[in-house]
Amino acid sequence: MKVNSDIAISQSGYVFNPQTGESFSLNPTAIEVIRMLQDGKRREEIVEEITSRYEVSQSAFLCDLDDFLDMLHQYDMLTNE
Amino acid sequence: MSEPFYTIAVTGLNAVDNPGPGVPVVRSLREAQSFGCRIVGLCYEMLEPGAYMKDLVDVCYQVPYPSAGTDVLLVRLKEIQEKEHVDVIIPNFDAELFSYIKLKPDLLRMGIRLFLPSYEQFEARQKYNLADFGASCGLKVPRSFICTSPEEFFKENWDFPVVLKGKFYEAYVVRDKEQFTSIFSRLVSSWGLPAIVQEYVEGTEFNLIGCCDGEGHLLAAVPMRKQYITDKGKAWAGVTIKDAAIVGLAEKFVGEGRWRGAFEMEIIKARNGGDMYILEINPRIPAWVYLATAAGVNIPEMLVHCSLEQPVSPCLDYEVGKMFIRYSWDMVVDQSEFAEFSVTGEKHNRD
Repeated sequence: MKVNSDIAISQSGYVFNPQTGESFSLNPTAIEVIRMLQDGKRREEIVEEITSRYEVSQSAFLCDLDDFLDMLHQYDMLTNE
Repeated sequence: MSEPFYTIAVTGLNAVDNPGPGVPVVRSLREAQSFGCRIVGLCYEMLEPGAYMKDLVDVCYQVPYPSAGTDVLLVRLKEIQEKEHVDVIIPNFDAELFSYIKLKPDLLRMGIRLFLPSYEQFEARQKYNLADFGASCGLKVPRSFICTSPEEFFKENWDFPVVLKGKFYEAYVVRDKEQFTSIFSRLVSSWGLPAIVQEYVEGTEFNLIGCCDGEGHLLAAVPMRKQYITDKGKAWAGVTIKDAAIVGLAEKFVGEGRWRGAFEMEIIKARNGGDMYILEINPRIPAWVYLATAAGVNIPEMLVHCSLEQPVSPCLDYEVGKMFIRYSWDMVVDQSEFAEFSVTGEKHNRD
């Protein structure tokens, strides 16, 4: 699972998909997650890193992460490479 | 060596809620790297805002509406040419293109050059011919029906909604028979018969501005996603995008049709399946042309070189993610300027 290499992400969390012209704003946690995806981290590694850094249970975060990943897929921002 | 200097006449200086392309064309010409220019505005109305933009337009002349016929237009252009020695005209309205295509040999004899499609090319992409044209080029066009009466269409048993389009301008999404009948009457009274019915495709709209050399080579292609759309369906904000599939549609269009000149493609990417359909092909520069110029592709500059039969290298790279946001601006002018234009049919902004 990788973030499409064309996707531009600014430091402030503004995301631009140059293929579709769509743009989005990410909250700080989503920025962290997307950076981890760009670094090639797997879903399990992301869960481990975020739950160790913040006070959130694995099950609660996993639910949010899967929603977020679904959304990225839906907007053609993730590839399954 | 000093840079070449050309006198270029431009139409479409209206900059209202459905703006003409003239002002952004002039803005692009003023930024041309390869020549300097004097701009002659050709206006139908005294209140076309471009006529009052002194930084952009040097002089303006009133010209007759296309409905007055080509003979009257030719007489007026001869009068203007005696004073201005125009090198190139860039016409920017669909409705006037037929006249300029017809007058091209006369204008060439007067020393005025144009870079326009042939009459056959112009007709082939008309709304009422687009479905056949698409089939001949391998481009998908939504299922279409050429409609001369609502009853005739209702016999075809199409599902609603459909898109109902006027012969030349305007398009509406129609949801039932009553709405169809009412909008049909309005469109036909404005633009004449036939109206065009298109299958409604739900999806995302993209536009592409392009230029072709008439030999099947694409010289420029800049796709844009509309980000803000007015009630007339016009883009009020947009962003350049990078989509090889959309540029591929333009390559198909110019490769098969050997289009000559600038064009705009209106495309919809279907939500179901992602197929791309051509909604319209406009035979001229669109009003958002300055976005392409700002992204690094100056199509009006290119058109001047093409008109003058000078070599033009393709310019297919552009900055992705460049945005435009349109706005309106109240110019304040002295009434004497309006009076000068109204009485004499000429308005001199600069010596």
